[in-house]
Amino acid sequence: MEKSTYYNPADLAKFGNITEWQSEMGNKFFSYYAEVFKDGALSEREKALIALAVAHAVQCPYCIDAYTTDSLQKGADEAQMMEAVHVAAAIKGGAALVHGVQMMNKAKELSM
Amino acid sequence: MKSLHARQAPLADTGYQLAVLSQAEAAGAHFPAFAHKLRESGLLPLRPTGLAVMQINVGKMCNQTCRHCHVDAGPDRTEIMTRETMQLCLDALAQTDIPVVDLTGGAPEMNPDFRWLVEQISALGRETIVRCNLTIIVANKKYHDLPEFFAQHRVRVVSSLPHFSAGRTDAQRGEGVFERSIRALKMLNAVGYGVEGSGLSLDLVYNPAGAFMPGSQASLEREFKQRLGREYGIVFNSLLTITNLPVSRFMEYLLETGNYESYMEKLIAAYNPVAAANVMCRSTLSIGWDGQLYDCDFNQQLDLLVASTAPQHIRDFNEAALSERSIVINQHCYGCTAGAGSSCGGATT
Ligand code: SF4
Ligand code: SF4
Repeated sequence: MEKSTYYNPADLAKFGNITEWQSEMGNKFFSYYAEVFKDGALSEREKALIALAVAHAVQCPYCIDAYTTDSLQKGADEAQMMEAVHVAAAIKGGAALVHGVQMMNKAKELSM
Repeated sequence: MKSLHARQAPLADTGYQLAVLSQAEAAGAHFPAFAHKLRESGLLPLRPTGLAVMQINVGKMCNQTCRHCHVDAGPDRTEIMTRETMQLCLDALAQTDIPVVDLTGGAPEMNPDFRWLVEQISALGRETIVRCNLTIIVANKKYHDLPEFFAQHRVRVVSSLPHFSAGRTDAQRGEGVFERSIRALKMLNAVGYGVEGSGLSLDLVYNPAGAFMPGSQASLEREFKQRLGREYGIVFNSLLTITNLPVSRFMEYLLETGNYESYMEKLIAAYNPVAAANVMCRSTLSIGWDGQLYDCDFNQQLDLLVASTAPQHIRDFNEAALSERSIVINQHCYGCTAGAGSSCGGATT
């Protein structure tokens, strides 16, 4: 029996199919996407590493696959890739913790 | 690591490799025939555009055994070109105005007649390219003066350095290769190679260390220049990105790691008709260690001789007959036509 999970790696290659049900928006998204990842003020490699970090922050397995390959192709090494993941982790952790201030404010407000 | 040949591995048999390549279906993947893609691009039969490069493979002997080697070269390989066969190559060269001779191997410098051959080519007024693996320069005292020898004959040095990080380089080429390559690069820089205004050209070759394609040649070159300059004070001219073709030890790596199907799919999906029009076999003649003729070094390692309408040995060299031949293609050719294209000179588009 075929292994069944919510995520199927083969679906990544079908990403383009989203235009089938809404071609105008889908095509606009893809042309925007292509524009974003072009060499610009940031290099393609830097953008791939940002994408890799964001993929971890939003926990998208498709993007993790895609941007691991892409980062390697663009010449990033393991150390750079793992540091990108730590940047995502630091921001995610920091973002959770900084809300602790809100919690503290609220607790103080409610407490005697 | 030993060569496939020394291990008597099934893939040491080129017939077995061709059987793997010819499978149209594998693990749910479907591989269209390369010939079919070429036909769609209006390129079948594939014809030469003119002889610009004579590539001579002077033997399979090498001081390294890199995991991606399509030659299956190594210290245990003894096939080596004799001076007699070299003379046949020189006789053929003299009949033509081919401007460039590209010497490859193995480590071409390990052929005992290597220096003699370089001297003869330069006496004929042609440019010599040496595919130098760098570590050979520091492998043994007798090779330490290679940088001076190269400079004296204005040889263009093209050297593999898969990455500016030691980890990725050593994973592909062997423990300690990075450190020795850096030492060799410094020796080449010291005699002027890669230094602006010296006229001595040093190009680096980037091969992906794994089952993925190379990224943009221009941006990798920028990155390599920055990192090698900043960390080691090394300079070079150009970076050439070369895609690994599914042949020999790279094929073994792909099969062993379960990456073969997805790698072929990636190459096929990235088929680029502009790159197909620029494949290097259209302007190169490849000569094997025993004088046999091939369309390229990859075909050579798969024992795919030039079409029998043309002479198949250098002793029968005939430029006119060779220019009329059809180039022999197979599924590995997808490696040359993927993305920005790939040849011994780097990206082709
Ligand atoms: S890739 Fe080059 S250096 Fe490495 S084993 Fe093959 S011929 Fe030798
Ligand atoms: S593998 Fe050889 S024959 Fe095939 S396209 Fe590349 S250079 Fe030409």
